[in-house]
Amino acid sequence: MSESDSIFRHARYVVAENPVTGMAFGLFILIALCALIGPYIVPYDPLASDTTATLHAPSWHHWFGTDQLGRDIFSRVIAATRLDFVIAITSVVLVFAMGGLAGISAGFFLGWTDRIVGRISDTIMAFPLFVLAMGIVAALGNTVTNIVIATAIINFPLYVRVARAEANVRREAGFVQAARLSGNGEFRILLAHILPNIMPIMMVQISLTMGYAILNAAGLSFIGLGVRPPTPEWGIMVAEGAANIISGEWWIALFPGAALMLAVFTFNLLGDGLRDLVDPQRRT
Amino acid sequence: MAKKTRTAAKIDRSAASTLPLLDIRDLTVEFATRRGAVRAVQHVSLSVAKGETLAIVGESGSGKSVTSYAVMRILDRAGRIAQGSVMFSGLDLRGVPESEMRDLRGREMSMIFQSPRLALNPIRKVGRQIEDVLLQHSQVDSDAVGERAIETLEQVRIARPRERYHAYPFELSGGMCQRVVIALALACRPQLLIADEPTTGLDVTTQKAVMDLVVELTRERGMSTILITHDLGLAAAYCDRVVVMEKGLIVETASSATIFKRPSHQYTRKLMRATPRPGVSLRDLLPEGETARPKAAAKTPARKTKAGGTPLLVVEKLVKEYPRQGGARSLFKIFGPKPPKELETFRAVDGISFSIAHGESVGLVGESGCGKSTTSMMVMRLIDKSSGLIMFDGEDIGEIPARKFATLPFRKRIQMVFQDPTDSLNPRFTAVRAIADPLLQLGGISRREVRTRCEELATQVGLPLNLLDRFPHQLSGGQKARVGIARAIALKPDLVILDEPTAALDVSVQAVVLNLLQDLKDSLGMSYLFVSHDLNVVRLLCDRVIVMQTGQIVEQGPTKRVMDEPQADYTRDLLSAIPHPPL
Amino acid sequence: MGKLLLKRMLLVIPNLIGVIIVTFLLTRALPGDPAAYFAGPAAGKEAIEQIRIKLGLDKPLIVQFGRYVADLAHGNLGNSLSTGQPVLTELKNRLPASAELTLFGLILSILIAVPLGILAAVKQGSWIDHICRVVATAGVSLPVFFTGLLLVYVFYFKLGWSPAPLGRLDAFATAPPQVSGFYLIDSLLARNPETFRASLSQLLLPGFTLGIFSLAPITRMTRASMLAVLASDFVRTARASGLNDRTVIITYAFRNAMLPVVTTLGMVFSFLLGANVLVEKVFAWPGIGSYAVEALITSDFAPVQGFVLTMAILYVVLNLIIDILYGVIDPRVRLEG
Repeated sequence: MSESDSIFRHARYVVAENPVTGMAFGLFILIALCALIGPYIVPYDPLASDTTATLHAPSWHHWFGTDQLGRDIFSRVIAATRLDFVIAITSVVLVFAMGGLAGISAGFFLGWTDRIVGRISDTIMAFPLFVLAMGIVAALGNTVTNIVIATAIINFPLYVRVARAEANVRREAGFVQAARLSGNGEFRILLAHILPNIMPIMMVQISLTMGYAILNAAGLSFIGLGVRPPTPEWGIMVAEGAANIISGEWWIALFPGAALMLAVFTFNLLGDGLRDLVDPQRRT
Repeated sequence: MAKKTRTAAKIDRSAASTLPLLDIRDLTVEFATRRGAVRAVQHVSLSVAKGETLAIVGESGSGKSVTSYAVMRILDRAGRIAQGSVMFSGLDLRGVPESEMRDLRGREMSMIFQSPRLALNPIRKVGRQIEDVLLQHSQVDSDAVGERAIETLEQVRIARPRERYHAYPFELSGGMCQRVVIALALACRPQLLIADEPTTGLDVTTQKAVMDLVVELTRERGMSTILITHDLGLAAAYCDRVVVMEKGLIVETASSATIFKRPSHQYTRKLMRATPRPGVSLRDLLPEGETARPKAAAKTPARKTKAGGTPLLVVEKLVKEYPRQGGARSLFKIFGPKPPKELETFRAVDGISFSIAHGESVGLVGESGCGKSTTSMMVMRLIDKSSGLIMFDGEDIGEIPARKFATLPFRKRIQMVFQDPTDSLNPRFTAVRAIADPLLQLGGISRREVRTRCEELATQVGLPLNLLDRFPHQLSGGQKARVGIARAIALKPDLVILDEPTAALDVSVQAVVLNLLQDLKDSLGMSYLFVSHDLNVVRLLCDRVIVMQTGQIVEQGPTKRVMDEPQADYTRDLLSAIPHPPL
Repeated sequence: MGKLLLKRMLLVIPNLIGVIIVTFLLTRALPGDPAAYFAGPAAGKEAIEQIRIKLGLDKPLIVQFGRYVADLAHGNLGNSLSTGQPVLTELKNRLPASAELTLFGLILSILIAVPLGILAAVKQGSWIDHICRVVATAGVSLPVFFTGLLLVYVFYFKLGWSPAPLGRLDAFATAPPQVSGFYLIDSLLARNPETFRASLSQLLLPGFTLGIFSLAPITRMTRASMLAVLASDFVRTARASGLNDRTVIITYAFRNAMLPVVTTLGMVFSFLLGANVLVEKVFAWPGIGSYAVEALITSDFAPVQGFVLTMAILYVVLNLIIDILYGVIDPRVRLEG
């Protein structure tokens, strides 16, 4: 049986065993779809304002209602999926690459590598993370790139800590000694022997951080440090609807907020499912 | 605090009672698992008389521990007593409510476990933990409880009990922790003590001290004891009667003398035979009828037997030092005069010299902390020496730094079999990938040939070919051990270092693996450095033996001579600490 | 004990140095013209040049750093463009508001989360356990600003139970005489129950928002830690010795289980201090978070920098306290350190 065959069989087993995982995978696909083709299939142009139809409650015409500028909220929520999703994925890939490598090197080689990586990590962690992100974006400027950079920086210590702990535990393990005896050099051991073993745990981290990344971007946008209007983004939309809550127009803030929640929730559930998929000890 | 009045069931403590103290009849224990109910213990019946010491012996999965957990009613949430009765001094423990059971635990029956340090609350002083038990069972008023706790520590022969009262578990050694655990268990003078593998993991001299203490205290107080162990020799040496369990069933019950001289059940005989002991050969460890030499061990003349030629490995005045840790030291460095060298460094290996000839099997024995593992790591070139000479086949390999050694051709000639088969296999590699690793890195053969070669190796070590594509967690302990051995011999090394290779295995599996190691050595002409704490195993497998203590060699010579006529006191202590079954 | 204190305080120094360097870099060593940042968007070229010379931004980086540190030592964090006031003064005035809010939220959260986590672990599989797990998973997904808005909608707009989210006190009430800056405490000290009630009712919604936010990580950690400890060998010994449930759970299990929870508190504070900013915006709470947010909108840079620095120093001190607290609970750290 080839490797890919058995992966598929195992995937089916994992999904069947835990229906919540299946639901999470399904939701994830839905979100990904919205991100990919959402902007093309929405009923209204997310940026088009219609002053005759401002502040309409949800109705058949406008499923999620309209905002202060008469824009259709449903279209905007769907269109915003792409931006938040892209921000989440880019920052996570970036921090996983940097933090993961830095972490396992620090945990495996110890010595100066550990000290330097540790110092960088501690310096970042000395700040309340969201505050640091605020500082970085305020200093660098309100662009999507800077949000991604800021998110990657503030998540760096977390990846480093997890990767370092995992590599450190395995550093003196029997199979690592055995790999040395088999003629593997230190770098080979790190990449071919240790890294595959920590992937399951890193997978969980990745999913969780996707959720944090979206919350972070939304939070920054909420206080005006993120994406700029009129770009549709969930955080900004909640900010735009915040003032209207007091006057009772709940739909402007609720729907983007609910979309946010759903996305983050999906990524959290996904983490556990991914770990089961990747970890060979779960295979029977 | 007023003594609580007991409405608990009356426990009959009259001395001259002919009823057994503990009478288990037809006990069955089930665990609820995802795949349905699993019976860990089935129809077990045994009894313990007053003042008697009973051993329950079995390998892993025999149900010996579960039986005692059922008696104390501390089974896991998923476990329950499905049927049977447990009568303790005339009281049926199955029907007793939990609050009364709590009274019984600690006061009438108590239990000690493996890993003594883990059994104690790490952030609570040892003396306070003993007080908790005393106060719980209202043995004494709160103003007198401190003195009582110190008394119990005295009774378990802890040095300086008044000071130790204030100690935390991490400040005590393993042996001291075990004494504290015993003190805890005996504080309220129970009638029954259950000891679940109390000496596993302890050095053989510590083991003897602990067992002697337990037996002495229990005999003194007329207590009954149940000793649960996998070591038949230990059981027979310290206990009156032995119960043998296999897969949840009792297979034999007899006095310890009978168990050793005339075991009747086939499983008992297998266990007996497999227990390493003086006066038998390796072959004798195997079950009857399997002692024929396996066909796979093709007898090739041992290679490189240069008569009186150069030894394969020479180690001279080998030293390994470690700098001492501790904040005080660094403050010293900043503020004080330079501290003396002894405070600065710790010598794990303190100038040892020995040699290994071609085709020879040398044992390296000692207790934990003696430096044998450090020595083997240096010979393996996994860590660097501090000073001294390591010569392999005439070449000085000690000077080559450990980091560089992995890619040199020398690497192929010195290999290792590890102690813990689970830890030494990469959980993400299948068995064949693990065996193939040395071939891929250093073997110099094409990828297509690798698979064939792996299959050859698997056959040589007796691993069924269909297991090659399994992951470690899908293999048994013995199978994992074979994978480790196949990997070690893949490159046809001259010297193999075996670091307690069978310590983690059941005794029957150990017998098979030891024979396999012997056959491989003969057919492939390898030399062995066999590191172990188990003198009986070393006696069976090794031509010569080296005894180490605190980093130095205390004695070395031919195995027979060292074991039968030891010259050093330490060797004598080690030998006498081995439990001697009644013969 | 004293040795532990000293050691921990020494360890704090590199962190403080790191914080100062990073905040310096964030404001002086960036792409773009720092002088333009400090001069504000409305400044002309001349004004920018004046600012540049005034703040010494034309000097080499090392000199600038020296000036920066000297300024900090004198408590000079610059002036706000919009109000003209020294940043430090404004931060000092507003800090108690943020502190009261954060502490209220945290205490509320701990009071709910810790017992919930313990009960969930002790009664594994029961309905409490399920509630706990739902709280832990869902709670992490809730954006804190969204929760705040939801609470405002339900409790203010729909039910009318809460007052308008317009700050610490409504327009008609006056603040109690300043002792600690915490309105709850000060109004009690001044024996003024009306003010106490008024401040409390304003504090409830934002406090709950923060509380809900930190509920999830604390609950999850308490439950996981308690489960691990209850399965440990020494708890098994305690049970086998016949110790009663209360002793086992509280004296043996709980104290050991709290160790990882205390460690987690550091991370929880990091999140809380960040969430503080968002909650202050939703509820128009006059703390240092909203100070920074308002400054951002007007591109007033000095307050933002001052805010980041203050938060960081606050956080470093909080972590120090947590470290010391851990050392008090765990003798292994005290005696081996």
